[in-house]
Amino acid sequence: MIDAQDRQIIEVLQGGLPLVPAPYAQVAETLGMNEDALLVRLAKMKSRGVIRRIAAAPNHYKLGMTSNGMTVWDVDDDQVAELGAQIGALPFVTHCYERPRALPDWPFNLFAMVHGSDRAEVEEKRAEISAILGEASRAKDILYSTRILKKTGLRLKAKG
Amino acid sequence: MLDTTDRAILNRMQDDLPLTTHPFADIADDLGIPEAELLSRLARLKNDRVITRFGPFFDAAAMGGAFCLCAMAVPADKFETVLTKVNAHPEVAHNYERTHRLNMWFVMATETPQGIAITADAIERETGIEVLQFPKLQEFFIGFRVAA
Repeated sequence: MIDAQDRQIIEVLQGGLPLVPAPYAQVAETLGMNEDALLVRLAKMKSRGVIRRIAAAPNHYKLGMTSNGMTVWDVDDDQVAELGAQIGALPFVTHCYERPRALPDWPFNLFAMVHGSDRAEVEEKRAEISAILGEASRAKDILYSTRILKKTGLRLKAKG
Repeated sequence: MLDTTDRAILNRMQDDLPLTTHPFADIADDLGIPEAELLSRLARLKNDRVITRFGPFFDAAAMGGAFCLCAMAVPADKFETVLTKVNAHPEVAHNYERTHRLNMWFVMATETPQGIAITADAIERETGIEVLQFPKLQEFFIGFRVAA
């Protein structure tokens, strides 16, 4: 959970961290805090998992990773934990989750995101996943992204 | 075009920035370039949208809120209208068009667990289209890193 001061910090930082030599000092000044107090707060938010990391979000398209496939699999519930861990450990899988099925239309419970420079590369990687899952996967599909419709990250609503 | 230094910066900056008074100086040292060069290259990469965002990645669930992947099957002739309505919700953090009957996939991040259902209900009312919810049950890896 977060308190009022954490919330203020998040509101200032959700747009990003300034690219200046002393970014935390600048943010602290905006918040009317001192830098040490801000660093302590940020460290606590990190240890609680509220902040996962402070880092760059790369644009896959600009890096030549123009093909992005959400591979989905219907894996036996008894095996999904073990197989999911194996798929998640593959170097080319950027996200891997077990999610609920939405039957009858959506039988898939394992989602693994794969990026590549083109669809042929994504298909090669998908075949590697398929080989690992073998008969434990009863159905599969791949959904390519064709357009980024929005990408803002978390936005807290202003509290009135 | 990205040169070798840009690529080294991109790879390093996908890992955590230290909580120190001069964090970019620390990283510049590791990369063997001056701090001012690191900052100017980062500004250029951000300006060119090679980096879409630089800053903390927050976990809504750890704040007491929730994340949920959602999908909708939007008829082609209504796509732009529905998109405007869906994206108008600040809870919709990312949204992608995908090749499937379920052609709109978005992530909602809300400050309360109930926020997911409230927002999904609002979108269903506004669009008349069902919002399928796929909350994560287990997370197997959280890498995100892309080799530049």
